[in-house]
Amino acid sequence: MNNQGRPTRPAESGAVETRTFTGNRGLDIEEPLLFEIGRVETTGVDFDLAPSHADRLGPHARRDPIGLAGLTEPETMRHYVRLSRKNYAIDSGLYPLGSCTMKHNPRLNEKMARLPGFADVHPLQPVSTVQGALALIQQLAQALMTMTGMSAVAMPPKAGAHGELCGMMAIKAAIAAAGEGATRNVVLVPDSAHGTNPATTALIGFSVRSVPAGADGTVSAEAVRAALGPDVAAIMLTNPNTCGLFEREIVEIAEAVHAAGAYFYCDGANFNAIVGKTRPADLGVDAMHINLHKTFSTPHGGGGPGAGPVVLSQRLAAFAPVPYVIERDGRFDWVEQAQAQELGRMCAFHGQMGMFVRALAFILSHGSDGLRQASEDAVLSANYVRVTLSDLMSAPFGDRPCMHEALFDDSWLKDSAITTLDFAKAMIDEGYHPMTMYFPLVVHGAMLIEPTESESKASLDLFLMTLRDLALRAKRGEVERFLGAPRLAPRRRLDETRAARSPVLRWTAPKFAQAQSPV
Amino acid sequence: MMRYLPLQPEDRATMLARVGVADIDALFADIPEARRLREPLPMPRAMSEPAVERALSALAGRNVAAGSVPFFLGAGAYRHHVPATVDHLIQRSEFLTSYTPYQPEIAQGTLQVLFEFQTQVALLTGMEVANASMYDGSTACGEAMLMAHRVTRRRKAVISGGLHSHYAEVCATLARFAGEEIDLAAPDPLAQEDLVGRIDDQTSCVIVQTPDMFGNLRDLSALAEAAHARGALLIAVFTEVVSLGACRPPGDMGADIVVGEGQSIGNALSFGGPYVGLFATRTKYVRQMPGRLAGQTVDADGRRGFVLTLSTREQHIRREKATSNICTNSGLCALAFSIHLTLLGEAGLRRLAEINHANAVDLAERLEAIPGVELLNKHFFNEFTIRTPRPAAALVEALAGRGIIAGCPVSRLAPDAGLDDLLIVASTETNSDEDRAAFARGLREALS
Repeated sequence: MNNQGRPTRPAESGAVETRTFTGNRGLDIEEPLLFEIGRVETTGVDFDLAPSHADRLGPHARRDPIGLAGLTEPETMRHYVRLSRKNYAIDSGLYPLGSCTMKHNPRLNEKMARLPGFADVHPLQPVSTVQGALALIQQLAQALMTMTGMSAVAMPPKAGAHGELCGMMAIKAAIAAAGEGATRNVVLVPDSAHGTNPATTALIGFSVRSVPAGADGTVSAEAVRAALGPDVAAIMLTNPNTCGLFEREIVEIAEAVHAAGAYFYCDGANFNAIVGKTRPADLGVDAMHINLHKTFSTPHGGGGPGAGPVVLSQRLAAFAPVPYVIERDGRFDWVEQAQAQELGRMCAFHGQMGMFVRALAFILSHGSDGLRQASEDAVLSANYVRVTLSDLMSAPFGDRPCMHEALFDDSWLKDSAITTLDFAKAMIDEGYHPMTMYFPLVVHGAMLIEPTESESKASLDLFLMTLRDLALRAKRGEVERFLGAPRLAPRRRLDETRAARSPVLRWTAPKFAQAQSPV
Repeated sequence: MMRYLPLQPEDRATMLARVGVADIDALFADIPEARRLREPLPMPRAMSEPAVERALSALAGRNVAAGSVPFFLGAGAYRHHVPATVDHLIQRSEFLTSYTPYQPEIAQGTLQVLFEFQTQVALLTGMEVANASMYDGSTACGEAMLMAHRVTRRRKAVISGGLHSHYAEVCATLARFAGEEIDLAAPDPLAQEDLVGRIDDQTSCVIVQTPDMFGNLRDLSALAEAAHARGALLIAVFTEVVSLGACRPPGDMGADIVVGEGQSIGNALSFGGPYVGLFATRTKYVRQMPGRLAGQTVDADGRRGFVLTLSTREQHIRREKATSNICTNSGLCALAFSIHLTLLGEAGLRRLAEINHANAVDLAERLEAIPGVELLNKHFFNEFTIRTPRPAAALVEALAGRGIIAGCPVSRLAPDAGLDDLLIVASTETNSDEDRAAFARGLREALS
């Protein structure tokens, strides 16, 4: 919990020189809450006439007003366009969030997902009327298996963490089927893992045993062997790992895990670095989720929706969830009811179809050559960042090449009174979204930069020049620039402590106005 | 050919030289030699935009789009008209291509939308507080069950036979793997089950849906009282959120947690996903609630602003002690929901609900008039169940052959329940008078 002292309360502010009567600043317009401008009587939708009818709601009819505010169409448009302009976005600038993979979102993919034959199709339509949808799911599943070399894929999981849950449940089911359910209940999780890994493990009743990362940022086979035992069900290992490094001893680790009768779950969040360069199956992986919203660029949408299909090895394939598609004589069908060993249903219907269409469009557009080139460009760009900043900022693992993201710690800021957070907030004033901060936890004051393959060299050079300028200023002790940042964003630093201590999680009508109007 | 990759060959050469390696493979040297791919993946090479469009359009063309036929399928996902404004706004770059709002100074757009969304959901459900959305209604339902276990420190959920069977299966899967117990009632098309008799001192929660899977409207008040008397929570579920424009909200009837599917407002059918799970509860339980929350605060100049808050519940802080492993919400679908509901407002939502009800009553009366067809529901909103003299699955196939998507046979959702003669039928504002007439005519002919 905030174990590295990340400040959650803003520093004392200086006077703002740019006050206006309206609070607006040029193109940055203050926008009230919907409930402060809308009215319950107002609607922005016109309806056709309804047939006259008997009432079949009976005693269940709503009695009290709801209190929902409405706006007409032009007012709605303005409310949301103004709000949108307070957001940073990939489309407007480099978005170097390590571990998040903010790459370009092709608009062709949006167009394809909106074809009526995909967007306007109901999940429970007779299978004779959705043969193209099932074919698409099969085609994407096939592509994921080809890229990973794995034997099967479970398509339903709705996000990466949901995919983790699916993969770990398949492993638990396999262990139970082997009669070892009572004895194998420990999962090895490295200190550097995403928080979802231990959370998933705990959710399904496994206990977590930590494995320390070595001084070089990777997990050694020796450390894994020391932690293995007859009580171990699986290891959850991210590769490339959260420090942006490829786990060099992965094959040896997989062999040790298998020799101990356990399974190898790979967190595939960083698969985007290695597509076309190596296949998880060849590394000994038994299960791995693939974040379609990272590697295959379905839009992040301000926090979802994602999609997290899980590829499975031959020995886990029988434990996949329902539903899945089968093909018989050129005709596709569903298997919707779980057989004895299968893990059952993880969500209503069949998964994130809208994301499947976008991911397949991305895969087809790139092709085998483009996918590999994308991995190579992502890795090259990250190393370019690493090398260009190495004389000013400190890399915790020395000169070792990274994969798709470059990791720095805060030891270079040690004597400056400036924290990682301050440095990141100063980037906002320069027009950049900060990098990932304070993650992974194994590095002090971590700064994790993932440029992705979507940046031109000119864009990278400008970004790097800006970071170098900031780093030099920090080293020179120009603390003011950092401690008060950001100054030029729609908001300055926000008081997170106050938000958590006395939570205000919804709008409520001001007391004096309540008597006059329900909104 | 690679329109998405800005680096040019000369850029790559310059950058490799700066990095100080001879070729790109030097950067992949940590991959064990024997495990590196030497050949390109056995997949097609890059395709142009028109070529991709052709390939995917061909697949889309092999599906029957709901809008092209008289369409009466619901059962957890509903076809409604989404105003053009909604789809335009959610494709704004600043909404579509932004990340989770972890840097609130440059994410106030997303954060204010989530705060407004939470308020809308709380108002609709009659609850005090709502989160920033879940994957979908079914996973929200499973998370609600786990939350009830945390609140009550008990491990047995009683599940109604009116709960959508997919939702019940999701709960069963979670319970099985989390080592918890469920007491699942048999499918209950007439809403006559006795759930009160199943509640005991081990019961953490009762999970019940209204309108239920068969379309019945249920009064939950007595059930809530009985649950509370034994120290259990009542979890109310809905799959058709538009019903809340016309029907009593679960918060009025004593629910402790309300979860449901929000797809009907703002979101396309999209063959089952992505959708948006709604999750609301009482303020006293907020620290046990899963999922993200946006909260109001002030910035360094004292101006109102919004942040993600109460994150000490979440996995990135709490790791194995988190309330849930969930890491994303369904941000863009929540945005679509919120914009559509803003356009509707209270007046529009009530009107939309009234039209849905009117269309469903009109259709029910037409179908009931067919010899051999029986309407099972006493009270319903926009969905109801009919008993047919022939297996419903065969009738649905026969009507599909005539270009009518008639509804969902209960046998598709609960194949072992012995309810093969039941058909679940929905009618929304998207159905015209001619659509309903065509359905009634088609069913009459298929049965004669």
